[in-house]
Amino acid sequence: MAHFEKANSVYEWLDQRLAVSKLTKVLMTEYWIPKNINFLWAMGVVLMTMFTILLISGIFLLMYYKPDTKLAFDSVNYTIMQEVWFGWLWRHMHGVAASVVFLVIYIHMFTGIYYGSYKRGREMIWISGMLLFVTFSAEAFSGYMLPWGQMSYWAAQVITNLFGGIPFIGDELVIWIRGNFYVADATLTRFFMLHVLLLPLVIMGIIGLHFYSLRIPHVNNQEGEEIDFDAEAEKYKAGRKAESKVIPFWPVFLSKDLFVLGVFMIFYFYLVFYHYNFAMDPINFDPANPMKTPPHIYPEWYFLWSYEVLRGFFFDVGPLSAMDIGLAAFGIANVIFFLMPWLDKSPVVAPAHKRGAFKIWFWVLVVDMIVLTIWGKLPPTGANAWIGFFASVTFLILLLVALPMITKKEAQRAGGAA
Amino acid sequence: MADQKRRDFLGMVFGGFAAAGGVAALYAMKRTWDPLPSVMAAGFTTVDLSPMKPGEFRTVTWRGKPIFILKKDNTKLKKCDDADVKVGEGDYLVRIGLCTHLGCIPAWEGDKQIFKCACHGGEFDACGTNTFGPPPRPLDIPPFKIEGTKLVLGEEGPEYKKLVGKA
Amino acid sequence: MRELKILAVVVFFTLVTYWGVEPFAHSQMHAHHEPATFKYEDLQPLAKQGNPQKGAEVFMNAGCTGCHSVKSQNIPAPMDPVTASASYGVNPPDLSDAGALYDEKFLAAVIKNPAHAMKLEHKFNENRPFPMPNFYGVGGDIEQEVADIVAYLKSIAPKKVEPKEAFVNACGRCHDMKYDNWYVIGEKPKMDTELEKAEFNKKHAEYQANLKKYLGTNPPDLSMYIRSRGHEYIRDFIEDPQKILHGTAMPRVGLTEESTHQVITYMENVGDRKKDKRNSLGPLVILYFVIFALLAYAWKKQMWRDLH
Repeated sequence: MAHFEKANSVYEWLDQRLAVSKLTKVLMTEYWIPKNINFLWAMGVVLMTMFTILLISGIFLLMYYKPDTKLAFDSVNYTIMQEVWFGWLWRHMHGVAASVVFLVIYIHMFTGIYYGSYKRGREMIWISGMLLFVTFSAEAFSGYMLPWGQMSYWAAQVITNLFGGIPFIGDELVIWIRGNFYVADATLTRFFMLHVLLLPLVIMGIIGLHFYSLRIPHVNNQEGEEIDFDAEAEKYKAGRKAESKVIPFWPVFLSKDLFVLGVFMIFYFYLVFYHYNFAMDPINFDPANPMKTPPHIYPEWYFLWSYEVLRGFFFDVGPLSAMDIGLAAFGIANVIFFLMPWLDKSPVVAPAHKRGAFKIWFWVLVVDMIVLTIWGKLPPTGANAWIGFFASVTFLILLLVALPMITKKEAQRAGGAA
Repeated sequence: MADQKRRDFLGMVFGGFAAAGGVAALYAMKRTWDPLPSVMAAGFTTVDLSPMKPGEFRTVTWRGKPIFILKKDNTKLKKCDDADVKVGEGDYLVRIGLCTHLGCIPAWEGDKQIFKCACHGGEFDACGTNTFGPPPRPLDIPPFKIEGTKLVLGEEGPEYKKLVGKA
Repeated sequence: MRELKILAVVVFFTLVTYWGVEPFAHSQMHAHHEPATFKYEDLQPLAKQGNPQKGAEVFMNAGCTGCHSVKSQNIPAPMDPVTASASYGVNPPDLSDAGALYDEKFLAAVIKNPAHAMKLEHKFNENRPFPMPNFYGVGGDIEQEVADIVAYLKSIAPKKVEPKEAFVNACGRCHDMKYDNWYVIGEKPKMDTELEKAEFNKKHAEYQANLKKYLGTNPPDLSMYIRSRGHEYIRDFIEDPQKILHGTAMPRVGLTEESTHQVITYMENVGDRKKDKRNSLGPLVILYFVIFALLAYAWKKQMWRDLH
């Protein structure tokens, strides 16, 4: 058993038992971040804040929400929105944060792609991040069902129906997922469980993994430079701060993050108070009606690009039906980014603007995904169907063909130069 | 050496036993997600077709799904030999009213004699066949049985089997 | 400088995406329609100057009170709402406020030919007459008689109709507003016994069934329509439902611009009753984060001073 001296202060007492000062060093004051970064490196802290907002507002919504098809709509739109003190605020914050969090996730992801932060030992950071993207998507989808409005119902109907396309077990799988032949009370209650318990637990676990995965390879920097963190940390601790290439997480790195966060929160609360329809679709203020399909059904904006890949293939090719091709493409679109570290065959870690063809590839991908997002919402008729088709094909070619080819050439050149 | 082997064996038996328990628990969890017996059982709807007039279209609900019933008048609305059901003296088209693309409910447009889906523009003709847009197959046929002039949805009668065999 | 350049790129792509999925997509999904003018130009203007006193006589002689109540003149309803709905499909409106609520051209047109004025001729014709018969006059000059009735209705109407009154009279006989306790058969009273509740629910269900027979469908509860449809849509829809939803069972109700405004105000009071709170709290929260960001910036400056 360890030997304990009498402590002279509460801090010392805690330090003896929990090693508080060592923990603070490891996690905060001597956790080193590169100095050569820009505000895009603050997105992690922004995301963490948004998740916290979602968690806290969710707790208060949970106090009055009723997961029952007969009560859900009124519990949200009457009890929470009109009766509960600040209930409307929690709901607006929750709804808008759920939408905006995806904007920040996409910025965070594309920052990673732009600066090559998914390779040279950073593969697990990327993969755990992608896992977070997938679980956040599931969390958003299950949460969208809870207000039991028209779009809640029909989006759930359409998306759960997708599983029907899986060969052999499809039809039964759909019934199994829904717990009924159609989206019904059993579906609502199980999605409620997923949304408020299971998925948040999983998300919190993966957030821990995501942070931990940063420990060994460390955060990337604006130039993709390899830094000897131990040597640079020594310089910093010796007072040669200007010369050192690293800064401590607390307080230096966070001081910048908090400023970025402050600016972001102005934007966020502007949306919460004055511009929320994009996140809280007006159609969802009509109660769910299983017998009346709304004229247009579309997912929330952050799912549109993959939804458009699903819809893009609208004609049969030989024995393959349009639906199966679409479903396969949709499946690929949802997992393809996991493979980023291996689709990129080049060892070069540098910002895209220093990588020639990769730079062009990056911007084409951004534009293509925005085209998919926009056309994912438009009615898929006439020219729209063809634009969707070409954008979907472009997306698959970009990731499956163009990226490996471009980066292979780059790897050869890098190998030749070395 | 022999001791070591025995310990490995014991470890594997223990591991295997623990895994079996895990599988059993997973089975229980899977079953908990299954639809309830009452949900599975509440699956029979009986419709009396005799009051329907030729050319009339109606929708009934079966297992939360809309079922389209269209009585043919055999003049304007032609009879579809491979798709219609004969009940009593009339010919009827009986279909699940969900678009085979993504499950929206198409609307019957009597003047054009098509079912048009508002979601993604799919169209089906008066025989239930997909004629335009993303639907991959004709409107599905619900399992049914004929009892006199009545249609029992949810049971597979000989007429249903014959119809599905043809399609 | 580089940070601002990056920010510009991020903002640009965010705005393009936003424009595409919101304003652009919605402009593609919803057919454009002209905004409401409340001029009712398809209807004839009143040909004659009306006389309220004569109008009162014509009103009585024409048998209007056989179906309509005028509570402000102590003329009671001949039937309760459920019985009335069984006879006519819908409970005929009380006419106390009609002169203030409805456009005078519309009132005149509705007296002469209701199905035409309400734009319901696709549903009602000689084989299936509208529940309110056309008015063919009580012996004199019909144009003069109609003008007199309109003048009478205007003379008994209040100057200003309160938002809730406007809704109840113009919309509340077909639409529930359950978040304000309004049902098509009237305000839901405070009820103590299960029996009373069951009786109320039965009456409501009977009325709804009659309404469904009459209209082909049950009109929706409007509690959240201010959020699901928005001001402009509701305003344009009220002015002419057929223009926006061709073939709908909803009649044109002929409200004046002013009374439409009152109806929408009521819908907002019910469906978005925290709007004022939202608008007053918004600036404070945003101001808080402006100060937060300024302080954070000052602190960051200090923290990073030695680093370059």
